[in-house]
Amino acid sequence: MNTEALIPKIGVVTKITQETPDVKTFQVVGLDGKKVFEHKPGQCAMLSVPGVGEGMFSITSSPTNKEYMEFSIKKCGCVTSWLHAMEPGQQITIRGPYGNGFPVDTDFLGKDLLVIAGGIGLAPVRSVINYCRDNHEKYGSIQVIYGSRSKDDLVKYKEIIDEWENDPNMIVNLTIDREQEGWDGHVGFVPNYVKELNPDTSKTVIMCGPPVMIKFSLAGLKELGFKETQVYTTFELRMKCGIGKCGRCNIGNKYVCKDGPVFRFDQMDELPNEY
Amino acid sequence: MQGMMINRAKELLRDGTVNRVLGWQAGEFVYDITPAVFETEEELDEGFVYNGFCGNNLSKYLVKETLKEGKILVFLKPCDTYSFNQLLTEHRIDREKVYVVGIPCEGKTSGEMLKSKGISGITGISEDGDNFIVDTVYGQTTIAKADALEERCKTCKSKKHVAYDELIGEDGEVLDSHRFDMVAKLEAMTPDERFAFWRGQLSKCIRCNACRNVCPACTCEQCVFDNPKSGIAQKAAADSFEENMFHIIRAFHVAGRCTDCGECSRVCPQNIPLHLLNRKFIKDIDELYGDYQAGAEVGTRAPLTNYTQDDVEPSIVYHREGK
Amino acid sequence: MLKISLDKLGSLFDAIAEKEALYIPADKAGQPQYMRYQTGMQMTEALNTVRSAKDFFFPQTENLVNFKVSGKTIEIIDPRTEQEDFVVFGVRGCDVRSFSILDKVFLVDPIDTYYENRRKHGTIVSMACTRPSETCFCHTFGIDAAEPEGDAVCWKTEDALYIKANTEKGEALIEKIRPMLEESDDSAVEAQKAATREILGKLPLANFSTEKFGGDVLLKAFNSEKWASLSEACLGCGTCTFVCPTCQCYDIRDYDTGHGIQRFRCWDSCMYSDFTLMAGGQPRLTQKERFRQRFMHKLVYFPANNNGEYGCVGCGRCLSKCPISMNIVKVAKSLEGDL
Repeated sequence: MNTEALIPKIGVVTKITQETPDVKTFQVVGLDGKKVFEHKPGQCAMLSVPGVGEGMFSITSSPTNKEYMEFSIKKCGCVTSWLHAMEPGQQITIRGPYGNGFPVDTDFLGKDLLVIAGGIGLAPVRSVINYCRDNHEKYGSIQVIYGSRSKDDLVKYKEIIDEWENDPNMIVNLTIDREQEGWDGHVGFVPNYVKELNPDTSKTVIMCGPPVMIKFSLAGLKELGFKETQVYTTFELRMKCGIGKCGRCNIGNKYVCKDGPVFRFDQMDELPNEY
Repeated sequence: MQGMMINRAKELLRDGTVNRVLGWQAGEFVYDITPAVFETEEELDEGFVYNGFCGNNLSKYLVKETLKEGKILVFLKPCDTYSFNQLLTEHRIDREKVYVVGIPCEGKTSGEMLKSKGISGITGISEDGDNFIVDTVYGQTTIAKADALEERCKTCKSKKHVAYDELIGEDGEVLDSHRFDMVAKLEAMTPDERFAFWRGQLSKCIRCNACRNVCPACTCEQCVFDNPKSGIAQKAAADSFEENMFHIIRAFHVAGRCTDCGECSRVCPQNIPLHLLNRKFIKDIDELYGDYQAGAEVGTRAPLTNYTQDDVEPSIVYHREGK
Repeated sequence: MLKISLDKLGSLFDAIAEKEALYIPADKAGQPQYMRYQTGMQMTEALNTVRSAKDFFFPQTENLVNFKVSGKTIEIIDPRTEQEDFVVFGVRGCDVRSFSILDKVFLVDPIDTYYENRRKHGTIVSMACTRPSETCFCHTFGIDAAEPEGDAVCWKTEDALYIKANTEKGEALIEKIRPMLEESDDSAVEAQKAATREILGKLPLANFSTEKFGGDVLLKAFNSEKWASLSEACLGCGTCTFVCPTCQCYDIRDYDTGHGIQRFRCWDSCMYSDFTLMAGGQPRLTQKERFRQRFMHKLVYFPANNNGEYGCVGCGRCLSKCPISMNIVKVAKSLEGDL
């Protein structure tokens, strides 16, 4: 770990892709054109615009991408608004990686994975999906159940259609909240769709999305016979330092930035319900 | 007095006039009293207290309490009733949901006040006429109540309740308190001396926001200092001058609305005499617009929000040589 | 044991200050606080300073990094300069212990180099207490106010100051002032320790214990119904946090000086409403949750991560400074019954 943990490095935003009306994906490299640092799937980085502030974002790209890092970011506050307004070539600051990441080298090995995501919740899990695709010999099949408000709000839609749906090792189930012209796929909320699809209970589950989706999806999974010990999620709380010291993301005796952001649901039962 | 208050509170709970009571709760050491809401007669018997250490002004709690269901009984000391009226004027309290019982006050002291007189290791305090008898692990000490009074009580502006539904005990009078003497002294200083005085005091500030959060005139839903877009939201001093700005801006924001309840100085952990900033504004308003006491009446138009052709010109500061 | 007569204390301070920066607790505008020693400055008679000694290692505001922004480019500037050696004299036992609690936050991986740098350069000279206050409860945490920890420890009697080194740093300091000190037996110090310990036993909080919070009580304590009434009058100010020697939460903010951006960190408080506020939501909606966080952290979360050591040293500052007189002792005593 960098001993000067709070001093960032310079990152250059080389490409910006509009994913949905309020989500953009940013490609970031260091001043030398290479990746600023290596990371594990599910880890985060602190990005900042000096004078505006810092924010913690999950690294959307897989560690197997050796050229650059990607961040899919929804516009919702000061820093994100600024990021959304900038143009390629802009420098930002970046420090990390932070957090534990998904247990791809232990618990996930050899497992069939079921990824349940809602809206911008795809951003943190895309990293683990692509990592497991690129190392498919180490993992079983990957099923993705992904939903959004509308077709236009599905993040990384092109990659999903062009790559994931054509991957023989993957099953992709998309859904949107309401009927929409030009959409002949499933319509309905994610938790209901999960129950409808009735996935095999031997799968290891990764979940990320709005709290209400998490809550009802977990309940649905339990009804289907899944246990909390096989369901993982990734948290989002306000963070300032990223190294377990500033106290902001403290829940119980855990610091989300350091001990998380990935938790298994049985671990969360031991924590106060304050997230 | 405490017994009469508890009895009256119980009656009002029993006859359904109110469903809860806002008062003071006893602590560990006699002096460490906490404002509290009591909902039953048993709770009142267990913890309700009224003594020389009940300094907290309860009126600001009514902002959040009157948003709740039912009517609340509140005990207000004379100076607290001014804050109460001011909050009514500013439409921050629902008058229909409060039952005010005015209670007399002979001036308050505090644990901090006793300690500043060198009394430490306090194990018990009793009142004996004009004196406090303080038991400590180092022996017994007697201190005259008058010597132990808080600054705001030494210069008490009024023993008269300006708002109440009923009174316990006799009402008092508005007093001629010499409360502006220290302000006059500061005005008589040279600008350099005055600057040195305030730098010395304000540089002690730790930006804990206790003065703001306790202030009955500070009831904004979101304070300008908590708004990251204001450009002045820094929590701690970004440079040594910032704490001055915080207090000066705050004094401006409450000018004409501050009733001089003195809570800001009471709660300041660094004992900064913040009330002097407010008193300077009050004194100036009195001198420039005629005597005005915020909170004396409900609904009055304060001089600073009421334009008249007789208002002083901005050049007044120049004519008063910056004082 | 070494000693120096009290009338020579000023020249002892002068001698230390000649070699490195010396800070002593003194009175400023009526308030006891640590100040950089200048000849003639007197030590305060007060039991302790209002602000704790944590400032020396974790200052209220500190510049982390500077940025120069021009067009699309950013330049990073490390603003730190070599830290000077310094001595803090007269630290009470409670505050000395607070440093080892802060160490458990700032010196665990990844090490906070700003804090570490100051720790390396600072020498702590503690001062035994002789007149503890009713708000003191350092003994609850195994601290001996009569013989505090520290690089060196002092006892002040009627006529002399006694000093003893505990660490190499302490020995190095004493070596520098050795010619001014004389050998002495320790009878006066032993007598003072005995007298102080007797008083400590008579204090109102002598039997106060946080033992019940040591076990597996996290959810039980968290879910107690007492939090609502305990936090009812809380003003949501940061007084308790800022006078606390062990509170270490901080904020990081950017400040535009007009010539560049300073990224500074400053003390923050979990009692503040914006502490956990995000653009997307707020996990602690009311003051109850914020209030609970502060006490749970000290009594339950911190011990859970640090072999049972509590995040409190019993200095009593929050007891005397809270505007509504709500504090860790009242909270602990009230919750005890639920555990």
